[in-house]
Amino acid sequence: MNLDEYRGIWVYIEVRDGRIAPVSLELLGAGRQMADKRGVPLAGLMIGEGIRPLAETLFPYGADQVYVYDNRIFSDYRTESYMRAVIECARKHKPEIILYGATSTGKDLASAVATDLETGLTADTTMLDVNAETGLLEASRPAFGGNIMATILCKKHRPQMATVRPKVMKALEPDETRTGEIIDEHISLNEEDIRTKVLKIVRETKEKVRLDEADVIVAGGKGLGSKEGFGLIHRFAVKIGATVGASRDAVEAGWIDHEHQVGQTGVTVTPKIYFAIGISGAIQHLVGMRNSGLIIAINKDPDALIFQSCHYGIVGDAFEIIPMLMEAFQEEPDKEVSYG
Amino acid sequence: MAEKFDAIVVGAGPAGTACAYTLAKAGVNVLLMERGEYPGSKNVMGGVLYRKTLEDIIPGFYKEAPVERPIVEQRFMMLDKESALNFSYKGMEWAQEPYNNFTVLRAKFDQWFADKAVQQGALLLNETVALECIQENGKVIGIRTDRPDGDVYADVVVLADGVNSLLAKSLGFHKEFRPDEVALAVMEVLKLDRKIIEDRFNLEGDHGCTIEIFGDSTKGILGTAWLYTNKDSLNIGVGTMLSGLIKNKLKPYELLDYVKNHPMIRPYIQGCEQQEYLAHLIPEGGYRSMPKVVGNGVIVIGDAAQLVNAIHREGSNMAMASGVLAAETIMQAKEAEDYSEKMLDSYRVKLLDSFVGQDLKKYKDATHHFEKYPQYFEKYIPMMNKAASQMFTIDGTSKWSKQKKIWHDLGSAKDKWKMARDLMNAWRVMK
Amino acid sequence: MLHIVACIKQVPDTKIIKMNPKTNTMDRASAPAILNPYDAHAVEEAVRLKQRYGGIVSVVTMGPPPAVKAIRKCVEIGADEGYLVTDRAFAGADTLATSYAITMAIKKIAEKQPVDLVICGKMTIDGDTGQVGPGIARRLDIPPLTSVKKVVEVNKQQGYAIVHRKLEDGYEVIQSSLPCLFSVEKEINEVPYSPLPNMLRAARYNPIVWSVNDLGDIDRTLLGLKGSPTIVAKVWPPEKPKGGEMLQGSTSEQVANLMDILREKRGLFRVKEGQV
Repeated sequence: MNLDEYRGIWVYIEVRDGRIAPVSLELLGAGRQMADKRGVPLAGLMIGEGIRPLAETLFPYGADQVYVYDNRIFSDYRTESYMRAVIECARKHKPEIILYGATSTGKDLASAVATDLETGLTADTTMLDVNAETGLLEASRPAFGGNIMATILCKKHRPQMATVRPKVMKALEPDETRTGEIIDEHISLNEEDIRTKVLKIVRETKEKVRLDEADVIVAGGKGLGSKEGFGLIHRFAVKIGATVGASRDAVEAGWIDHEHQVGQTGVTVTPKIYFAIGISGAIQHLVGMRNSGLIIAINKDPDALIFQSCHYGIVGDAFEIIPMLMEAFQEEPDKEVSYG
Repeated sequence: MAEKFDAIVVGAGPAGTACAYTLAKAGVNVLLMERGEYPGSKNVMGGVLYRKTLEDIIPGFYKEAPVERPIVEQRFMMLDKESALNFSYKGMEWAQEPYNNFTVLRAKFDQWFADKAVQQGALLLNETVALECIQENGKVIGIRTDRPDGDVYADVVVLADGVNSLLAKSLGFHKEFRPDEVALAVMEVLKLDRKIIEDRFNLEGDHGCTIEIFGDSTKGILGTAWLYTNKDSLNIGVGTMLSGLIKNKLKPYELLDYVKNHPMIRPYIQGCEQQEYLAHLIPEGGYRSMPKVVGNGVIVIGDAAQLVNAIHREGSNMAMASGVLAAETIMQAKEAEDYSEKMLDSYRVKLLDSFVGQDLKKYKDATHHFEKYPQYFEKYIPMMNKAASQMFTIDGTSKWSKQKKIWHDLGSAKDKWKMARDLMNAWRVMK
Repeated sequence: MLHIVACIKQVPDTKIIKMNPKTNTMDRASAPAILNPYDAHAVEEAVRLKQRYGGIVSVVTMGPPPAVKAIRKCVEIGADEGYLVTDRAFAGADTLATSYAITMAIKKIAEKQPVDLVICGKMTIDGDTGQVGPGIARRLDIPPLTSVKKVVEVNKQQGYAIVHRKLEDGYEVIQSSLPCLFSVEKEINEVPYSPLPNMLRAARYNPIVWSVNDLGDIDRTLLGLKGSPTIVAKVWPPEKPKGGEMLQGSTSEQVANLMDILREKRGLFRVKEGQV
């Protein structure tokens, strides 16, 4: 393999219901910096049906080129069809790096592509850098349940690939004056070649927990002692119009569903305010919430790690403090703060 | 169809495993049942394993068992609030084979020991809780576990399910404990670099030492504290009679914190990282608290039979010895195809004849004696400290007048008589 | 008769593992080795499908000899046969090399009886990648179905399976030809407390152990460290945050103090439109 043949940084652009996933724009932001450092172009790779009009919206976010596969066969995401497109495009244009959002689609696609291209793939990256001279991608991620950070390199194979956690990288402020080149790609692929078929897509009608979009999160942990104790978190959250989060311990104890879990194996959140109540602050939790705007921790144990990672901490009994806090909100005359 | 074994042993601690090992080695089809994730995961003891009994079961075991350090020095600390009177014995005869005793970490050691039983042919079943003995016509014929389809049968069942043996209770062998029959031990494993341990405790290489701490360490409650050296960790703990804790409204971990912060102990554990916190009940009622240990198709061994020598802090060796005696009895019963109480009673007889029974008898009054007369801990240890302080402080006073002063400080003639009487009584229960 | 192969891994329990701060390596003694929790759900699903359609469940793992313990755990859940692929040649494998070794083992297992379905857990708790499952599917050239949260039907006669794949905001119903690979979410099932007969069987069970030489025509350059395109260049402890300001005083003073802070940051604290 002649590594020098590979040039350019690509971002797989994930399109969901006709909209570009936020993580793809974040990756263009990170990719732009690396492309500038290397002096190579930054390209988006878009696959779908009827998605071509979206391609030019990527230029303001930093893309120089967008490769587009717009075909009926791509109407639904399927590993087998999408994978073929990415593999073919990569073999044809030989990028040095391909980044994917670490969403369920991005991870599914990247894993399949990496196997066929026989190249390295780093999962759930939270830090990215590139060596300007060698072109080596330095992809760093938490490992062993967040107990440690590891930097992964892929020295002898190209393209170097990584999936990157949503909400970790920053999208650029869109620059509407930027332009770029759209490259239409075609692939000969028949429906008969694909062994899977999407029969139906069901949008869950029940209100989804959108932790990753919440402005205020009230999260509870082991310190609440029981499912009943965890009820305090629900009451407080309702009171102040917040979304409920939880540590892994609380989820594994069965006090609340997994979809509320914040952290390494849960959701990464960046609310404006994060209340950590009865949460000890294991690193695996911290990686999921430490970019929150304002972190307030309440814990009985003065040595709890969470106090090293919060903006304000109170050592004390949540069952005493939270009811008082709820009362204070009740009395707050300014509706902006009190939420009614 | 539920399975049937020759024997079921409930509890893979030292007693149960010794029993299962001995049975399996003799070709008996034995099931060893453990509620923990693995043997040792729920087991706790101070951390000293006496060599002799295990050596009888597995000669030269220490060559392969995960022992921490052979003990070459035993120190004793008589603690007052801000002082301590120490004495110790260190001997190089303990630093070589066959050694005297060892520190062990139960989570590792019990697993190893159970593996040895499995190698002999015992079937080890983890994560299964024995709920009750299945009985038929007044005879125990199996165990009901907490699992679906959870019955399993055997000719004889051995109960080694620990101090609070629910199974022995369910058979009516045990009453509920009185608080003055059990001690509560709490301990922590503290991680510390092995080099620091060796420097701090004045040890060479793998050698280890134990410190038994009396007096202020238990705030006057009957009990002791201890500090033992493992390879790269320390065991620190305190054990006190449950009744004393209740009477003094003390929480066990408060007592342990007090010990850890005592100026005589603090320097030993400085810079340690807490690794594990464990709590355990220890049967200390001794001979007088011993329950019924044999029934039709059932034998009780180890802590479940209250086999602990509180004075010399021995339990695991007695447990193993009882396990072996039970196994020997079962082999005879198997030969005779008779598992009746009458047949199995030879276990009880052998047990009382062995060092286990002899020691328990010897110290049968000790715990109660010390509990009844708190002055040993509350008064005499501070007194000894004060005497030592006066004796060794160089302040220009002659040794002769110092002795005179010490004698005077011991109190009136009446007090001195009382002390002499107490010491005599202590001697009587200990001798 | 379905033949289902579940791929499993023994992992250190990362929830309680400690790191050696000097060497930045795992203190393996600090964490017991357990069956990867996601894989327990994979095996359970395989066992349920076996009960539904008839068949056998084989489990396969790559790992050091003590990984026998994880296989026994699978037998407790109800697996019929276990294969441990163990060899020094596998050491240091990343996800690409791992998927190759396991694929070779599955091919060998399939020689006894063709495989209809491969099931993996969503990811392992030590690697946290979720990449090995899809990698195996690619190498076996069967469709990978990830994020499976429900199996609707497996129809061997007509050669298809229908499952629900979890999406960010719902799920899709997807049909695939057989054989195929599922990687399953935790929510797919509850792993029940195993019955005693399974426990006894597991306690006695010894898996089939294979080394590299048993795996037939295998390309050794694709194994272990050699076959791994990625390397770990550096490990370091996660950045320690500086720590917050502790609010002092009585509880009511602390609460009042906190309210002051929240009032001051009210800009942060505005609800989105439509939210109460």
